Amino acid sequence: MRASWWKILTITLLAYTLIAGLLLDVPRLPILNETIRALYFHVTMWFGMIIMLVVAVVYSVKYLRSNDLKHDDLAIEFTNAAILFGVLGIVTGMLWAKFTWGDYWSGDPKQNASAIGLLMYFAYLVLRNSLTDVHQRARIGAVYSIFAFAAFIPLIFVLPRLTDSLHPGNGGNPGFNAYDLDSKLRMVFYPAIIAWTLLGTWLSFVRVRLRRVERKIEDKLINQVL
Amino acid sequence: MKKWFLILFLACSLQAMAQEKIEITEADYQNTRIEMADLMRSEGKIYVLVGIIVLVFAGIVVYVINTDKKVSRLEKLLQE
Repeated sequence: MRASWWKILTITLLAYTLIAGLLLDVPRLPILNETIRALYFHVTMWFGMIIMLVVAVVYSVKYLRSNDLKHDDLAIEFTNAAILFGVLGIVTGMLWAKFTWGDYWSGDPKQNASAIGLLMYFAYLVLRNSLTDVHQRARIGAVYSIFAFAAFIPLIFVLPRLTDSLHPGNGGNPGFNAYDLDSKLRMVFYPAIIAWTLLGTWLSFVRVRLRRVERKIEDKLINQVL
Repeated sequence: MKKWFLILFLACSLQAMAQEKIEITEADYQNTRIEMADLMRSEGKIYVLVGIIVLVFAGIVVYVINTDKKVSRLEKLLQE
């Protein structure tokens, strides 16, 4: 295993998240009850997604500056992992909403906005796959990725706050506030964010390496024919 | 000048809005009127759940590590 110290950290932090997330004390709040623990699994998905999207944007910019496909590999694979986390985030959010808001989908601004955000990133994948030339695909993908991120952040962080939303942190919402966590919740929440993000990074790197192996094999095959 | 005052007041009002938070206090930890899985915890069944989840996690970790190693082998093969 290459550069394994951070992979060991990933496993340790994830194990801590699972065990401490289920066992440590949490505040007893109405409506939420034990489901408050979903904080460590649902909210962290979105944090992980945003962090990985930032990485993808950075590598998109790097690609545009250098035209080196190595940067594009990182951009696409980090976006892939981010989309996976986003889908998990919206699905876990729906399940959580069923038992706290009363319905899987109540057309809440936060839900609608994150659904639109995810659709933008699905479009990114479709756009990339519709282009056959690797450099064209990388360049258009990189530009799209930067604009999509610039639209995604206001969509999920700013717009839901301007209206009434059931989601914590938006509108005048009782329950608990995701941005006003107490120290006991933070003790698991922050390591959980790091843990899930590192897991996403690990999966992205494995796929980046596969992509590079694939390209090498393709290059070799082309050279053989010539 | 006027514009800057407007921005300043706007920033202040946004700050005021952001403080509509409900703080979690020590009382929330002691509030036994709120139903939690206390029985499950006192019976120790929660550890069964933790055990199962950790085992599943361990299995997935082994699988991911194996995949990682396979990719490393592939890379080495290609370099030769």
